[in-house]
Amino acid sequence: MMSMYSKKVMEHFLNPRNMGVIEDADGVGTAGNPVCGDTMTIYIKVKNGRIVDIKFQTFGCAAAIATSSMITELAKGKTLEEAEKITRDDVADALDGLPPIKMHCSNLAADALKAAIEDCRKKRREK
Amino acid sequence: MRRVYLDYAATTPLDREVLEAMLPYFSEKFGNPSSLHSFGREAHEAIETSREKVADLIGAKDNEIIFTSGGTESDNLALRGIAYLNRDKLKEKGPHIITSSIEHPAVLETCKDLEKEGFEVKYLNVDKYGLIDLDELQNSVTKGTFLISIMFANNEIGTIEPVEEIGKIAREYNVLFHTDAVQAVGKINVDVKKLPVDLLSISAHKIYGPKGVGALFVREGVKLKSIQTGGGHEGGTRSGTENVPGIVGLGEACRLAKIRMEDDNSRIKKLRDKLIKGILDSVEESYLNGHPEKRLPNNAHFRFTAIEGESLILFLDQKGIAASTGSACSSKKLKASHVLLAIGLSPVEAHGSLRLTLGRENTEEDVNYVLEVLPEVIGKLREISPLWREK
Ligand code: FES
Repeated sequence: MMSMYSKKVMEHFLNPRNMGVIEDADGVGTAGNPVCGDTMTIYIKVKNGRIVDIKFQTFGCAAAIATSSMITELAKGKTLEEAEKITRDDVADALDGLPPIKMHCSNLAADALKAAIEDCRKKRREK
Repeated sequence: MRRVYLDYAATTPLDREVLEAMLPYFSEKFGNPSSLHSFGREAHEAIETSREKVADLIGAKDNEIIFTSGGTESDNLALRGIAYLNRDKLKEKGPHIITSSIEHPAVLETCKDLEKEGFEVKYLNVDKYGLIDLDELQNSVTKGTFLISIMFANNEIGTIEPVEEIGKIAREYNVLFHTDAVQAVGKINVDVKKLPVDLLSISAHKIYGPKGVGALFVREGVKLKSIQTGGGHEGGTRSGTENVPGIVGLGEACRLAKIRMEDDNSRIKKLRDKLIKGILDSVEESYLNGHPEKRLPNNAHFRFTAIEGESLILFLDQKGIAASTGSACSSKKLKASHVLLAIGLSPVEAHGSLRLTLGRENTEEDVNYVLEVLPEVIGKLREISPLWREK
């Protein structure tokens, strides 16, 4: 199992970045994985249209944890428009690839981030 | 770093003595057991000595042991061998097999395949411990039932099935009974002299023997159709030149198992009990899967709330601990273990499963090390898990 993951995946899995919760988040997004039943939540803090802080929680395999960690790194500091464009392939590439059977896990990260951005926009509109 | 192997149900290391016994049969005594000359006779004798040792471990007669390439082939040979012989005989009555929903894939997939070939198969339910219901078994017997195949002990949760009672029911209805005893042999007493079992599968690498070799016990008088055609080896039941070093290894592993089983297993059981108690005491929301008493002496199987098994296994691996899980994420098909679902766990609950199986080499220090590391790792994963926070 171990050898099927790249060094980068293992590194992010064992030392996840931006793991946790933002209590007063501007946007919260959750995505579930219909394939294996896992879930991920992403919290964002937005200032002047930019993601200034981002945190995640994941219930899933090593690939799911590593992709959550990676997507928070990719999204941090980006504008909402830029962050929205991050795809599952961007995340997988940044991790030096994922085993084919684990590509579906990276959907979780991309979907959760999009949901968090949507949530943030919706809340702003409501204000 | 300390390395602790707790995956003996997956495979065991080859015993030194077994290796020694095997070595001459690779190059020095390389003969083909079918040859008439001295080289052949030497190999032939080695095989027959092994047959005696395997038979001796389970109380069988020598001529009741057929060597195979392992547990999977033994299961296939038993099921298909009996099924193909009965297909035509029972055509009118509807040929019918009874098995359980928690069998090893070697039995389960073979049954599914046989269904495609026109056989009917009943998959018995199990209770929350993984035990089949004898009443359900009895009620499932039809006019066409010719075979019951139920495992001796489960490979995941370690539950030991009521083999004797199953065999009695089989006898009563005049149905053959096969049991996959791959996990049971060498760990608990398996004696076909006393048990009403007709066919029984054995694997060498689960009992400190080599991989790629096993055996099928076929009670005297029980007929099988061979599933592999060729030169008619093993009394015509299993063609193919015998894996002589492997068979010698299996024989030696059986001989050692017979001598050591009692001491080994009472020691291993003590360690296992300490491990179970330690984990249940120190990890919040941890549960034992399988039966509290009717379980293999070396099996411990847990479920932890809000944890995913693959992550858990990889974290433990980082700490040098080798274990396994029934989580969907770790399976090739991304499906939770059929055994865990059958005992009533939800897919999310099955995610958080951990199997620790002990063996000859484990020590008290190993157990202490796991008890020190595991709660920490669980704590870390729960920090990452949104399910833990929600509670
Ligand atoms: S989250 Fe289940 S396989 Fe990756």
